[in-house]
Amino acid sequence: MTTMTIAKAINEGLRAALTNNPKSLLMGEDIGPLGGVYRVTDGLIAEFGPDRVVDTPLAESGIIGTAIGLALRGYSPVCEIQFDGFVFPGFNQITTQLAKMHARSNGNLTVPVVIRIPYGGGIGSVEHHSESPEALFAHTAGLRIITPSNPHDAYWMIQQAVECQDPVIVFEPKRRYWLKGDVDVETAGAAEDPFKAHVLREGADATIVAYGPLVPVALAAANAAAEDGRSVEVIDLRSISPIDFDTVTDSVNKTGRLIVAHEAPTFGGLGGEIAARISERAFLSLEAPVIRVGGFHMPYPVAKVEEDYLPDIDRILEALDRALAY
Amino acid sequence: MGTTQLPSTEFDGTAVDDQLEAEAEAVMGEPPAQMVQLLGPDGKLVNDPVYSEYAEKLDPDKLRGLYADMARIRRFDVEATALQRQGQLALWVPLTGQEAAQIGSGRASQPQDYIFPTYREHGVALTRNVDLAELLRQFRGVSNGGWNPKDTNFHLYTLVLAAQTLHAVGYAMGIQRDQKLAAASDPVCTEPPAAVMAYYGDGASSEGDVHESMVFASSFNAPVVFFCQNNHWAISVPSTVQTRIPLSNRAKGYGFPGVRVDGNDVIAVHAVTEWALDHARQGKGPVLIEAFTYRVGAHTTADDPTKYRQSAEEDSWRAKDPLARLEKYLRSEGIADDVFFAKVKADGDELAAYVRRTTHDLETPDIRTAFANTYVEAHPLVAEELAWFEEYSAGFAGEPQAGETPAGQAITEAGN
Repeated sequence: MTTMTIAKAINEGLRAALTNNPKSLLMGEDIGPLGGVYRVTDGLIAEFGPDRVVDTPLAESGIIGTAIGLALRGYSPVCEIQFDGFVFPGFNQITTQLAKMHARSNGNLTVPVVIRIPYGGGIGSVEHHSESPEALFAHTAGLRIITPSNPHDAYWMIQQAVECQDPVIVFEPKRRYWLKGDVDVETAGAAEDPFKAHVLREGADATIVAYGPLVPVALAAANAAAEDGRSVEVIDLRSISPIDFDTVTDSVNKTGRLIVAHEAPTFGGLGGEIAARISERAFLSLEAPVIRVGGFHMPYPVAKVEEDYLPDIDRILEALDRALAY
Repeated sequence: MGTTQLPSTEFDGTAVDDQLEAEAEAVMGEPPAQMVQLLGPDGKLVNDPVYSEYAEKLDPDKLRGLYADMARIRRFDVEATALQRQGQLALWVPLTGQEAAQIGSGRASQPQDYIFPTYREHGVALTRNVDLAELLRQFRGVSNGGWNPKDTNFHLYTLVLAAQTLHAVGYAMGIQRDQKLAAASDPVCTEPPAAVMAYYGDGASSEGDVHESMVFASSFNAPVVFFCQNNHWAISVPSTVQTRIPLSNRAKGYGFPGVRVDGNDVIAVHAVTEWALDHARQGKGPVLIEAFTYRVGAHTTADDPTKYRQSAEEDSWRAKDPLARLEKYLRSEGIADDVFFAKVKADGDELAAYVRRTTHDLETPDIRTAFANTYVEAHPLVAEELAWFEEYSAGFAGEPQAGETPAGQAITEAGN
């Protein structure tokens, strides 16, 4: 067991992937000598050379598009998009090309491309640096989307993404890059199914589903609720396409109440999808409507007011109160 | 270098304007400036200091083959258009007029090369031995692909313009890595070097992906040949709206060679492409070829060119027909005679009959294959929806399928 940050865990996971899979390579802006703007690829170019850690021209469509070509030639590229808001120049390549290549080739072609995207707010940054666009990609069939919330998952899930034969987007919770935790890098079988949700805390009165940067917030809210005598279950979704509805359904069948929290705006977000599915699967178990806690329907606000925008412990507790009072 | 690089106070903007205007003239003007041509519209050879030596390598067999290919694909195009008119295809994208650009370039490629077409490259498909009946699957609505690119190194058609130019560069970057690895493990590597070709058109040249693909190709010195068929029309918009200079000139800005070739001269297209592919395979980096040609027919069978262009313009390009031009040459040199041309026509009719027959027989896939091919690995949502679909479908067991008449109903209605 080793203690490291999420950023370091992804770095070590990428190092392991590059070592284990000779066809894997990293591509992105400033990922070479600089090690990426978040230093996630720190030291990798020195170890693996510029053919496997590629500082690309500054063009996101170019990064994704050439990664598709490399994958067609048998490579497993891992692309870094520098910030969430900069993925959109590559959106066409991701949604019209990458997501569909296997289907439109009648299964003849595979494009095992990984796209790493640091996402979410809470870092006091300028516009386009704090967004949560995951729903736009979750809506696109052919893609898989995972988001680790702790160093252990980060270390293993990035490697599992590289080995997956489908395209995988890894949304990395950037404000948690420096969160430390234990990572079991040695035990065989320490890696768990990346597409399964984890119940992080058991409870009887309500369930909070969260993913990525809001997982620690959900846990803190559950701890605060416990002080008031409320027993709250917390689920870390880990994968947001596919979503492990079985785990969520089992939990709601037990607790009868569900809160879904994400930074992305609630309208058209994954919370709506989860609410709809759970209403179909566990209607008779529900004691209250599924309540979503998320961003507002506005462009991500300026840094000085982002605390009013981002779901926090109190916003989750307020939702919990409403659910329990219903 | 010194100060001559700096604009002086006497900088004369009109000189720049004049130069731009002259270059703009060359986009649509006659004859286009600096265009490689080895066989004139009169069917006579033209000497070229660089490319004539490539033309000389074309022996009579190869020349006859180029003609036969162009004639076959033109006949195929006529047949596919007819199949669309008869409702057998949802849409067709005719290539007539561009046979030389496609056959000349495709025949210059080697089996180890990999080709990324747009969606009009039926002639290139022929040169890569794609079964032309399979090419029709997409247009009949039974597949979004239709063939396995791994069999022929001819990628699927790409309908989002220019997206494939980036795939081509990435594929070429993969070839570079493969060759390095092969050389490292086996110093006397006998594997022939490979290159990639990316087809696109004058319309797609405005897409940002073309720009990004050329930046990447140049920065990484990727073995890729960009083959731009300037057929003068992007549906209804003329190429002058896409560019004010010859498209081949754009290569200069990226730092690699750009060549404009007479796209209706199959000998010149073959020569220039062979040169460019050699250049790329030898590790000298990318090349842009602009094949100056013309889309004689409509953009697709849903298009009506009479709404946006003059028939006189079409007539002027028919006078430069790539097949007629080569036929003149073959006949005047005694390389081919009536017997040859009669056989080519018969072969074309046979191909058309084959395509007609097989189109009717192209199977409609089961939607279950779409469930199966959305992901490579197992996916719970797909499994759940498929299970629902199976259960839902089972509810209709025993009932007539769409298009079938319930037993007895026709008789009853006739009786009424």
